Amino acid sequence: MSIFIDDNTRLLVQGITGNEGKFHTLQCESYGTNVVSGVTPGKGGQDVDGIPVFNTVRDAVRETGANASMIFVPPPFAADAIMEAADGGIQLVICITEGIPAHDMLRVKNFLATTSSRLIGPNCPGIITPGACKIGIMPGPIHTPGPIGVISRSGTLTYEVVHQLTGVGLGQTTCIGIGGDPVIGTNFIDCLSAFAGDDQTKGIVMVGEIGGNAEEEAAAFIQDNLNKPVVGFIAGLTAPPGRRMGHAGAIVSGSSGTASAKVAAMENCGIHVCKELGRLGVFCANVFNE
Amino acid sequence: MNLFCQQPKHLQPDQLHMKLHEYQAKELFGRFKLPVPEGQVAATAKEALDCAHALGFPVAIKAQVHAGGRGKAGGIKVVANIDDARTAIDTILGMTLQTAQTGKISKKVGKILIEKGVAIDRELYLSILPDRATASLMIIASSEGGMNIEEVAESSPEKIIRVRVNPLTGIQPFHLRQVAFGLGLNGDGFKSFCGLLSRLYTVVEKNDLLLAEINPLALTADGNFILLDAKVEVDPNALFRHKDLAATYDSSEDDPLELEAKKYNLNYIRLKGNVGTMVNGAGLAMATMDIIKQAGAEPANFLDVGGGANAEMIENGFRILLSDPDVKSILINIFGGILRCDVLATGVVEAARKIGLNLPVVVRMEGTNVDEGRNILTESGLDLISATDLQDAAEKISTIAGQA
Repeated sequence: MSIFIDDNTRLLVQGITGNEGKFHTLQCESYGTNVVSGVTPGKGGQDVDGIPVFNTVRDAVRETGANASMIFVPPPFAADAIMEAADGGIQLVICITEGIPAHDMLRVKNFLATTSSRLIGPNCPGIITPGACKIGIMPGPIHTPGPIGVISRSGTLTYEVVHQLTGVGLGQTTCIGIGGDPVIGTNFIDCLSAFAGDDQTKGIVMVGEIGGNAEEEAAAFIQDNLNKPVVGFIAGLTAPPGRRMGHAGAIVSGSSGTASAKVAAMENCGIHVCKELGRLGVFCANVFNE
Repeated sequence: MNLFCQQPKHLQPDQLHMKLHEYQAKELFGRFKLPVPEGQVAATAKEALDCAHALGFPVAIKAQVHAGGRGKAGGIKVVANIDDARTAIDTILGMTLQTAQTGKISKKVGKILIEKGVAIDRELYLSILPDRATASLMIIASSEGGMNIEEVAESSPEKIIRVRVNPLTGIQPFHLRQVAFGLGLNGDGFKSFCGLLSRLYTVVEKNDLLLAEINPLALTADGNFILLDAKVEVDPNALFRHKDLAATYDSSEDDPLELEAKKYNLNYIRLKGNVGTMVNGAGLAMATMDIIKQAGAEPANFLDVGGGANAEMIENGFRILLSDPDVKSILINIFGGILRCDVLATGVVEAARKIGLNLPVVVRMEGTNVDEGRNILTESGLDLISATDLQDAAEKISTIAGQA
């Protein structure tokens, strides 16, 4: 078992003909992902290593039965691409693109609320169910199937965590990078509730960062709804406090968002917080093998 | 800490919002028919005096730096005659300002804004900014504007009005009424405030602003609103559609190494310590800084070369680290995904050969093509210290920092 993606995932890639889009499409395919089509407006009828390219998402869905999309479209056009995917009936949209304007994402998020589609990202490494399906830019070989779910706001920091988990013999059910932007589609709580309902997932690792209060909210959710062990890690424990940004910031969020506030909130809710990244694998082994 | 927009990847909000000066913000607002005081910006004392003279007294003399809290730090003076104006201009122009919002960094005042004085009856607070939690644009307003707005928020939160606007519908009359009635306005004041708020929302929406803050929004003795101060921050990710705003940015307050890094698309922030770091990915970069600190040393910088870095970017990043005189040792931590370890190693070796290496460098690599990468480092003949994993890297940095 896994969450959000599995053997039945039929992947479409928006922006498949660009350098990065093409490279990672082929990487995903060679990992075993069923890549059925791509979309680049104006390049319909072409193919990328045998994968048919369409002009619109609707064409690609109709012709190839795609049910998930991975987006590599440049930032100025990415919001449009996400909405096109949702409008085309794609249920799972994974947006890798970094640097989408904040106002665009505000509109996208409100639009998605009127559809049944789930967005992962943007500005994320993607999602992988080891051994079955990889949608994203993470290095495949560091992952291995097993009982641990991983949720992270980071990219390479997630690879580090997964690498250490694999190193101590803890494989993964699904690893999700939810993205580092202020406005994202799927948050910690969405992933936690999915992992809660997944019998194969025996424990969860949650990787957070300073800023916002997503970790605090997730911690409260875990305390109330989850009876699986959770290990937490927060990057930015020693980051200097942010320079001030006018009065509005202080009025909006007071003192929340610092690493120490997050660690305290997580520990109060029964999460095992690891403070040394170098020992995270061993720390997890101790918690999960109890 | 603060805000929606505080993206951890950049560590500090200042770094990722493009701030406008007050005079630039007011020019922008003026274009959208918002009422701003009559005034002019000046870079020399003579210009400033001429300006004051032309406007007629009293005038306000305001330091133009990218920071709030200027009034409390002595960067704003209201003067009633030409002699006081001369004294105030001489004091403020060229002064270094350190305010509650600049942190430890002092900012030199290179430009001042001279504005016609206004007879104020009441001071209100008004701002609009994106709210990450609700994916809306949030209007914040208070009848208790002015320098003590944060204390008001703390001690009497009921005096802060928050109204969230769905960006798909845009601002509606009921939003305007909620804010205006909340501020206790009526009659003509109510009407003109609604028009003002509606236009302010348009400015925010049309210009991809991450913050528009008016504090104070003055209600004058003759019953008109005027934007006495204006703080604006633009989304740097949206500059591709705001070339005019991009061109106005004043980078004179930025760290020269940070500006250099920006040229090469490197995400670099200079800090106070002496262990330089180069990492791919922001989260891992922050975690690496944590490791350095936990090892008893202080990071000299945050440097995220990004997932798709090439050999040239690595070389430039490494060169920037080496050109910081405070840096006494370097920790490179790369988890190769898209960025392959052999590419990283090539970049480091090239840079080290060109610049010369006279300080210890610990390299920790993992991931794609790690063996090729390690070979390149070993065969280079350079004195690079290889770490097997993160824990090992931390211990090696700790030893080096302890010797320094």
